Amino acid sequence: MSHLISLQAGVANIAEDAWQFVALPPSQQEVRKQAGKVVLFKLTGEQTVTPEQIAGTLIPANGKVLVPLTVFIARKTELQARLDQQEVGVWLDTHESLTDLNQAQADLNALPIIAVHVERFADGRIFSLGTLLRSRYGFKNELRAVGDVLRDQLFFLKRSGFNSFAMRTDRSATEAIASLNDFSQPYQGAVDEARPAFRRYNR
Amino acid sequence: MYKYDEIDQSLVDERVAQYRDQTKRYLAGELSDEEFRPLRLQNGLYIQRHAPMLRIAVPYGMLSSKQLHKLADIASQYDKAYGHFSTRQNMQLNWPLLEDVPDILAELAKVEMHAIQTSGNCIRNITTDQFAGVAPDEVVDPRAMAEVMRQWSTFHPEFALLPRKFKIAVSGTKQDRAIVQAHDIGMEFYLDAQQQLAIKVWVGGGLGRTPILGTVIREHLEWQHALTYCEAIVRVYNLHGRRDNAYKARIKILVKALGIDEFKRQVEDEWAHLKDAPNTITEAELARVAQHFEPMPYEVLAQHDASYDAATASNPAFAAWAKRSLHAHKIPGYRAVTLSLKTHGQAPGDASSEQMHAVADLAAQYSFGELRVSHEQNLILADVKLSDAFALWEKARAQGLASPNVGLLTDIICCPGGDFCSLANAKSIPIAQAIQMQFDNLDYLHDIGELELNISGCMNACGHHHIGHIGILGIDKDGSEWYQVTLGGSQGNQASLGTVIGPSFSAEEMPQVVEKLISVYLSERNGEERFIDTVRRLGIAPFKAHVYADKNAAKAEGIA
Repeated sequence: MSHLISLQAGVANIAEDAWQFVALPPSQQEVRKQAGKVVLFKLTGEQTVTPEQIAGTLIPANGKVLVPLTVFIARKTELQARLDQQEVGVWLDTHESLTDLNQAQADLNALPIIAVHVERFADGRIFSLGTLLRSRYGFKNELRAVGDVLRDQLFFLKRSGFNSFAMRTDRSATEAIASLNDFSQPYQGAVDEARPAFRRYNR
Repeated sequence: MYKYDEIDQSLVDERVAQYRDQTKRYLAGELSDEEFRPLRLQNGLYIQRHAPMLRIAVPYGMLSSKQLHKLADIASQYDKAYGHFSTRQNMQLNWPLLEDVPDILAELAKVEMHAIQTSGNCIRNITTDQFAGVAPDEVVDPRAMAEVMRQWSTFHPEFALLPRKFKIAVSGTKQDRAIVQAHDIGMEFYLDAQQQLAIKVWVGGGLGRTPILGTVIREHLEWQHALTYCEAIVRVYNLHGRRDNAYKARIKILVKALGIDEFKRQVEDEWAHLKDAPNTITEAELARVAQHFEPMPYEVLAQHDASYDAATASNPAFAAWAKRSLHAHKIPGYRAVTLSLKTHGQAPGDASSEQMHAVADLAAQYSFGELRVSHEQNLILADVKLSDAFALWEKARAQGLASPNVGLLTDIICCPGGDFCSLANAKSIPIAQAIQMQFDNLDYLHDIGELELNISGCMNACGHHHIGHIGILGIDKDGSEWYQVTLGGSQGNQASLGTVIGPSFSAEEMPQVVEKLISVYLSERNGEERFIDTVRRLGIAPFKAHVYADKNAAKAEGIA
């Protein structure tokens, strides 16, 4: 069963995923360790993808593909025809830069989908990236959260402009839908409702 | 104080339901420890040494009698009939059961209270001056803006999972009592040249492992932009703050790494996009919230009260208490009164359910049914008639709430420490109690005069030891507990961080160490000079020499 929640016009449903997620091949570099622990977070702006990984990424020849930002930037010419057919989307990690994306693709709305990959659910950069994509870059198409996406972050993801959620597959996506509406009257303005409570109601 | 409307109430009610479900899923094994952790923390629930600890929000320190009665009842029903008031003006329960927390939250919601964002990597309770609204040196009552900011920060979706905790303080007085310079964001309200409400914004202060005082990022911000400007700051932090190392994840580290000029440039770039967005505060909203903080219906009274003057003249115990516990008030004939939670030998900041009920009754009888929690961990009745002071004192004394030590050495600011907290390296409460017993002579205590002594059980600095005139930090050396002493820290406009005087001491040595520091002060002070001023004038050298004299002598003998 699909673990994708799709939110359209305020209604959430489990949807089939039309997109093939294209992952980078594993890096040959050693995992960085600090005090014996694997460092899970990459810092903003850090370059973590090697040219070999980009070149070695296998992109399916047919159908809709969701490709990593670094691959999209390096191999855009190769993808251009499929991009024109609305068959290419881009995903980025939370430490990657929206400026890089925007430089490679001036009109983001040519992309039918952008996904933000969150390696660990506690990485709140995903909320700022969603907010910026919607409010600063004017992105109007599908905005998807992928990776360690859990039910208890859904409300915040929704408010930050996401309308599609690839839930972690070991959890029930059907049950998670309820958490999109944990709160009915949020105080502050955000992407989904720009007006704070004091502008929505005569308090 | 602020009263909930249906929007406020629906939010806390929905929070109870949400957390009840999260707890249920955790207990059913559907949420891992790691996944549940940020959820319970953002509801103030720590897993501690003996039991969970629940931190209940007291927004900017304001409580009603009704709320305090409820806290007392909750402490009786779900805990060991006492609570601990913290340096962030909140209240903590040390022994609740994890399974009971949803019910506790439901009880709190009935009196417009909650535990939202009292811990975790999010925007925490906004703190301010405990004398807000009544202090004679106040330029702007900061509480309406504090409430507007509380609402904005509650479940702010973009800032739900920051790199680390984020603390905001606001202040509207000439003499800062909210330690705005020791916060991630400090907002100092003032009236500008056009007599308009404006904000001086500080950023990047904080205590903890790496104590740093904040830097001014903007001298003049019109009040309407308080929220959008904070959004710009927190967004830059959220995107660029370090997440690979919890010890380097506070905004102060980012500000230092980038430099204030570059940090400010990035914030101002963000703000250029956010300025005038719908989160800009409207006149109507500020006015709506401000009406909850209108002045109390004060009586017209004379500056002096004959019965009060007579009582102080004839009763030295009352006079000693009044001298320390009564604070100036904007309105003639009124005083703000501090009820000390620092009875010698008692854990600083602790109050029993019985005491809480008593304070709630005193507030109802003498202070318009409201009270405040101070970051010095005492309770304040802000609007007491001078003519009621004696009766209040008698009743407070009967409850053990009238120690005449407010602002003195034994008014110790202290975290729960190793007795309760799983983060602590060392115990702090027994140190506080030993020092209080060492200085149990009231005349001596009053002679020493104003002195702030702060104790933290670890470098997270919940006891704000860096800004104590005398600061004591519990450290762990090879599995045993030691205490490092700093001198010369201070809160207020002249905020400063203390300097470590030398090698650390054992718990048994601590009362004598403080005694020696005091003896240097008493022999060196000029006239009425306060302890902190003597330290500033002389530096730490003479204090250090005296404290370590015996140790050095012993060492020298050992060598010979």
